Amino acid sequence: MIAIIDIGTGNLSTIERVTGGKITMEPGEIEGAEKIIFPGVGSFQYVASIIRPVRKILINRIKSGIPYLGICLGLEMLFDSSEEGGGEGLGLIPGRIKKFAGVKTPHMGWNQVKNLTDLPIMGGIPDNSFFYFMHSYYAPDTAYTAMETDYGGYFTSGIMYGNIYGVQFHPEKSGDAGIRLLKNFGAIA
Amino acid sequence: MLAKRIIAALDIAGGRVVKGVNFENIKDSGDPVELAKRYVSEGMDELVFLDIKATVDKRKILSELVKRVASEISIPFTVGGGLTELDDMVSIIRNGADKIFINTYAVQHPEIIESISDRIGTANTVIAIDAMFRDGKYNVYINGGSKDTGLDAVQWARKAASLGAGELLVTSINADGTMKGYDVNLLKAITGAVNIPVIASGGAGKPADFLDAFNAGADGALAASIFHRGIYSATDIKKYLMENGINVRL
Repeated sequence: MIAIIDIGTGNLSTIERVTGGKITMEPGEIEGAEKIIFPGVGSFQYVASIIRPVRKILINRIKSGIPYLGICLGLEMLFDSSEEGGGEGLGLIPGRIKKFAGVKTPHMGWNQVKNLTDLPIMGGIPDNSFFYFMHSYYAPDTAYTAMETDYGGYFTSGIMYGNIYGVQFHPEKSGDAGIRLLKNFGAIA
Repeated sequence: MLAKRIIAALDIAGGRVVKGVNFENIKDSGDPVELAKRYVSEGMDELVFLDIKATVDKRKILSELVKRVASEISIPFTVGGGLTELDDMVSIIRNGADKIFINTYAVQHPEIIESISDRIGTANTVIAIDAMFRDGKYNVYINGGSKDTGLDAVQWARKAASLGAGELLVTSINADGTMKGYDVNLLKAITGAVNIPVIASGGAGKPADFLDAFNAGADGALAASIFHRGIYSATDIKKYLMENGINVRL
């Protein structure tokens, strides 16, 4: 079962339909999931507070090596903290989420994603394809930066760390390329 | 690089598309979902649904329509028209819209912008501004463009942005419906005053109008009639823009 973490904002129907996952916030279901998708909408502090009851379970499941896909705040939550506000991330990747400076914020619209490595979730999707972004904060450059996007300079738009994937854009809103990404994640063994 | 966005507006009343739509190959041209799908297949970047009856009748936007759109299309869409309650806005997002926009209510209760952006996120909070050029300046109009507030549109834009708006949807009442081009001066004034994305609205009639809007600093350009009537598709406009040096998603 693919658990789609339900934080009470955002529509998960596309993700549910494409991946065949189950929208849930039940600790038991998250614990038993074979894969986890965490689509985050809202502020860092809001999402951090909502997931507090299942934080430990999430950390343990992801550390156990099952495939994880974090979308937008679901990527940001992998880090320790954010400039956006208080609250603890999952702390699986060291670092603090930063706010854009010197560019129109939010970064909103279709932008191109450049793959820095071979990514199973990007299989069959041409490099530099457009995806939809809607965010004011972004992840720092780390050893796990696997995708980059140019917005007044390149920033980390995707990460890969073992079976952990994070994308700053919204595949569920990115037309055919996004649907393909979700299908690819669903197909990872 | 971030692409400039082409956005189609769909006016809705009672869950149906208002204004004449004459498309072949659409089973039910009054069905917003069928029309939305057609737009997506023709390269549209984003959609805006305006419930035109809601302000007048105080009716809630049909959550069923939002759910249907969300389940059948996979590009972003914004919903608005007469929204006043935070709970209604959250529920629209919950049902699948990516952004909500408010207009009249935000002018009357600016503090709600902070509450909305705190709850659903800044990027999901759009403030729509209807402006009319009068006596040498742009005034903000409310109630579907029927009432002059005397408020300066550029000052209001700045205030909305500082309160947490993530995007501005700026309509020129003078240009709206003329199909003679966007109000470039209004766009220059607003984009020069804020550091958030600005969507141009009102007056689009031909591809060159979109080029003018982007050259004036707009991040997206919205139109209704030229798409409804099938005069141009989003792809037609994007090809023209690309030839003229604008970065678009093709």
